[in-house]
Amino acid sequence: FLTSEFDLPEYSVRRRYQDFDWLRNKLEESQPTHLIPPLPEKFVVKGVVDRFSEEFVETRRKALDKFLKRITDHPVLSFNEHFNVFLTAKDLNAYKKQGMALLSKMGESVKYVTGGYKLRSRPLEFAAIGEYLDTFSLKLGTIDRIAQRIIKEQLEYLVELREYGPIYSTWSGLEVELSEPLEGVSACIGNCCTALEELSEDMTDDFLPVLREYILYSESMKNVLKKRDQVQAEYEAKLEAVALKKEDRPKVPTDVEKCQDRVECFNADLKADMERWQNNKRQDFRQLLMGMADKNIQYYEKCLTAWESIIPLLQDKPETK
Amino acid sequence: MFVLVLMEDCLAKKMEITVSEAEKRTGRNAMNMQETYTAYLIETRAVESQNEGQCSPVDSLWRRYSEFELLRNYLLVTFPHIVVPPLPEKRADFVWHKLSADNMDPDFVERRRIGLENFLLRVASHPVLCQDKIFYSFLTQEGGWKEMVNETGFQLKADSRLKALNATFRVKNPDKRFTELKHYSDELQSVISHLLRVRARVADRLYGVYKVHGNYGRVFSEWSAIEKEMGDGLQSAGHHMDVYAASIDDILEEEEHYADQLKEYLFYAEALRAVCRKHELMQYDLEMAAQDLTSKKQQCEELATGTVRTFSLKGMTSKLFGQETPEQREAKIKVLEEQIQEGEEQLKSKNLEGRDFVKSAWADIERFKEQKNHDLKEALISYAVMQISMCKKGIQVWTNAKECFSKM
Repeated sequence: FLTSEFDLPEYSVRRRYQDFDWLRNKLEESQPTHLIPPLPEKFVVKGVVDRFSEEFVETRRKALDKFLKRITDHPVLSFNEHFNVFLTAKDLNAYKKQGMALLSKMGESVKYVTGGYKLRSRPLEFAAIGEYLDTFSLKLGTIDRIAQRIIKEQLEYLVELREYGPIYSTWSGLEVELSEPLEGVSACIGNCCTALEELSEDMTDDFLPVLREYILYSESMKNVLKKRDQVQAEYEAKLEAVALKKEDRPKVPTDVEKCQDRVECFNADLKADMERWQNNKRQDFRQLLMGMADKNIQYYEKCLTAWESIIPLLQDKPETK
Repeated sequence: MFVLVLMEDCLAKKMEITVSEAEKRTGRNAMNMQETYTAYLIETRAVESQNEGQCSPVDSLWRRYSEFELLRNYLLVTFPHIVVPPLPEKRADFVWHKLSADNMDPDFVERRRIGLENFLLRVASHPVLCQDKIFYSFLTQEGGWKEMVNETGFQLKADSRLKALNATFRVKNPDKRFTELKHYSDELQSVISHLLRVRARVADRLYGVYKVHGNYGRVFSEWSAIEKEMGDGLQSAGHHMDVYAASIDDILEEEEHYADQLKEYLFYAEALRAVCRKHELMQYDLEMAAQDLTSKKQQCEELATGTVRTFSLKGMTSKLFGQETPEQREAKIKVLEEQIQEGEEQLKSKNLEGRDFVKSAWADIERFKEQKNHDLKEALISYAVMQISMCKKGIQVWTNAKECFSKM
């Protein structure tokens, strides 16, 4: 039972993951022309990941917090009714049920039910976005694999180090004058092991999830692009149908006009969102990669301290007996 | 490799010794088959006193590894009470995957060259060993050295392995200190072997960690191509990842020197063991001689008094076939008395020998212990310094990368 609490000036409510999932679906439905931020992965393989471990819960919490912040920062999404209710309602489930009823009554959904119209060609700027997203998610996938591989190699290195350190301790037991220095080296290696463990944990808990989030983000953005294509296709098809009627109409029928509006709105919203997304992405990755560098620096600093501290111990001259 | 503490009057103070070069040679071996081997150039030069400004000429000759082995075997037999410095390993052992196990590999040859030089310096700075003529000739006389060594007949003096093993199991009263030393050297061998094996695995894994980071370089570069503002930062950060990945090669090469220092003491443990074995052999010899003497004395007594306390075939046969004549008995007693006298003298000298051996061996062992403590401390310090350097490099690279990321 996952709970999350977040402080607003006036409200404090409890929500589960499935509530977040509901919110996201609602946002996608009600704001199809906008890019909705992603949620952390829904399904986790039982037995592989402990859904109740502190690390897992904390990682998820951070991701959910990010999700809400991104919506809050969005000029349109932040005013969304569903979002408001999500943040404030005491009983969200009642609203959910009500929402379903309302939906059927008022036809609130601005669902662009397009019946399989095919777009001839994507306008250049959206084609460029599509290509960018393809390459972008590809590169992120590669980085994800590299990071995982590094973590794996580090853990294997750690296994060997864990055997290595204690041997100095064993040796120390055989010696007299060398006893302290050898024991010192053993302890030092132990400290490096701890530092390495912390580094790998940090990478797993903080670095990988954000990468995966952005991959999911790209996927959902590509879907929005496809929806945009659909809307444009519908407009073009209807426009063509009108043109083919060979009537000398001075005016375009209203439903075709509506289609045109929809296309233009979609394009405008999407362009604005893309710009915002690019900016946020740049900041997010700047922070993420600087964080990765920082963690590595901290690891080496911890090891450096350990080794520097035993130099005086090693150089120490024993009292002459 | 190590800073050697030079004793007074040792050869190393009077003569500069280096093994300066290694060269691949081909020749014919004992079975007239063609073989490839490496020859090492030994250069020697008399050390001039500070007053004279002259530079004396350099003498040089070539030796191969098998000649070093011959020298060491000679020293082992001739000075059994000395902990004889070991040679660098014959074949590459404890290698991690990137190192070649091939004897002809240039890195292996180079490390062996250093090891051989170290061996010569250790012998030259040993107060006893450095005075040996054969050793001096090894350094200075190119031709006929092998014949000279063989003429000493040292191989004949060598104790057989079987004899030594036998003594180890049967000796009754070895010196306690030697027994302890034997255990120590066994455990030392065991712990250093273990350490070297695991260190090689650690090196292997560390290599993997560093090298995978090189992949970041490539992917950051590819990614930067589709970015506008982020591009430069990513690209330059990627370059630092490449630097990071490449840095491990030098780091691990330096660490090999540490491994070599440990190996030297792994082999030194064997030399310690050899001295202990010699003591056991001498002690066993002594015990056998004493036993023999006692039994002869007993025999003599029995013959003289006529009482038979011990069973002997002679005794039985004489009972069955009649006693021997008094003359025969007298003759026997005389022979035995001679043997007993000889035996007592031998026992005396063996006792003396044994005591001398223990005294001089123990003196060298004390010298060795001090050397070992000093050298291993130095090795640990240099290892720590290497680790510190590696950490500092790591901090530098990641700090540079962080700066690039900050400019994204």
